[in-house]
This record gives sequence, C-alpha cells and structure tokens, in this order.
Amino acid sequence: MKKPINELKMQFSGKSVNESFARAAVCAFIIQLDPTVEEINDIKTAVSEAVTNCIVHAYSDSIGKIYITVSLFENGEVKIKIRDTGKGIEDIKKAREPLFTTGGSDRAGLGFSVMETFSDKMYVRSTPLKGTTVTLIKRIEGKKK
Amino acid sequence: MPTKVICNGENVTAFLSGEIDHHNAPAARAIIDTYIQKARPKTLTIDFGAVSFMDSSGIGLVMGRFKNIADYGGKMEITGLSPQAFKVMKLSGIEKIARIHKKREEEKNEKAD
Repeated sequence: MKKPINELKMQFSGKSVNESFARAAVCAFIIQLDPTVEEINDIKTAVSEAVTNCIVHAYSDSIGKIYITVSLFENGEVKIKIRDTGKGIEDIKKAREPLFTTGGSDRAGLGFSVMETFSDKMYVRSTPLKGTTVTLIKRIEGKKK
Repeated sequence: MPTKVICNGENVTAFLSGEIDHHNAPAARAIIDTYIQKARPKTLTIDFGAVSFMDSSGIGLVMGRFKNIADYGGKMEITGLSPQAFKVMKLSGIEKIARIHKKREEEKNEKAD
C-alpha cells in the first residue's frame, strides 16, 4: 500500500450538530490539493451522508464517537475513512440498496447511493454490535488540469 | 436561518436557506407542515435558492412533504437548486412527481411582509 503524503485524524461526538463541522473539516483539509468546486461539493456530500448514517443508525439510541481519517496521496487520491463503534449493519447488501431505510418516514434511503455517486469507490465493512467503517476514495484532478 | 413561507391564495412557497442536512431538516419540515395543514395549498413550491448545501436529508424533506400534499391532490414544484443540490436530488427520481425549475422563485413578496 502506498504511503500518504498527508493525513488527518479526528474524533468527535456523534451529535447531529457536528454533521456540518465534519464535512467542513474534511474539505478544509483537502483544499491543499486545489480541488474544483464540484470535487469539494462531492466530498462534502459523501462525508455528510456517512456521518449522518453513524448518528441515525449506528448510534440510534446512544451518542458514541465518530472517527474520521483522511489520507492524501501523491497522485491526488483522497481516502476518507468514517468509523463508528455502534450497532453495525446486519445486511450490508440490503443497506446499500437504493430506497432501503430503517430510518423512518423522512429518510430517503439514499445515503449509500449518494456516497457511491459522489465518490469513485466506496467500501463498507461492518460487524453487528461492533461497528461500521465506510471508506470513500476519490481522485482529485484539481483546477490545474 | 429559519424557513420563510409565503401564502398566496392556493399556492404556498417555502424558501429554504443555509445547509439542509439531518440536523437542520426537521425545523424546515415542521414549518412547512404547519402551512400544509393550515392552507392545504394546491401547489407547494419549495425554493432552494438560498441553500448552500444539501444532502439526502433534502430528498427526505421533499418526499415527505409531497406525500402530505398528494393525500389531497396537491402538486409540488421545486425551484432554485444549485448544481450540487440538483445532483443529489436527481438520484431520487423526484422529477417524476415534482416539477423542477432551475430558476429561483421571486422573493419580492417576502420582503413586503
């Protein structure tokens, strides 16, 4: 595995008020790659969905910690890991289906669809009662090219 | 920023602003639902012109309100989506149930209040 040229690790409480903080902080770190507005918005949106999932699903009846690692690579690749130690996902395949939700009437069930659309690759690892890690990978072409 | 709503006869327009996410959507939902109950608008327009960011919570907000007005035959229009918000909204297939106008809804009535 290639080594990142820069890395950010952060940890915060799984409170909904932190959703805007989390996506803004990740984007502020990525600015050094000189991304386009669209690239920044894509990352902001995908991170927002991942963090919301932690709060709505993983920690639905508690407030746990959310851990985010952002790694930047030489070739402009960004890897964002969003990890929780919450209840986990029983059936990942089902959870990734568009419109499937366990989140009630006002959740669209499109969180994973948005993450997939707004990143280049998405991986989900989950163990029931242990937690979930979502990895988002996106290549930043930037403004120069 | 709070959601502003204008009632104009049978039409109700809600002007959302700021960031629409899971944290902020419930407040907007509560305001719009109050007006749906009160005015039962023939057309409900939700304007995103002053929305700086939206995730799938915005889809939930629109879908949920659509269900409420569809119960009595109301129609829905969506205006002023930014490219980012449009890209999110597109994933929901919402254009099948609501008319999407790129242009912002005029806010001149709002300032007169």
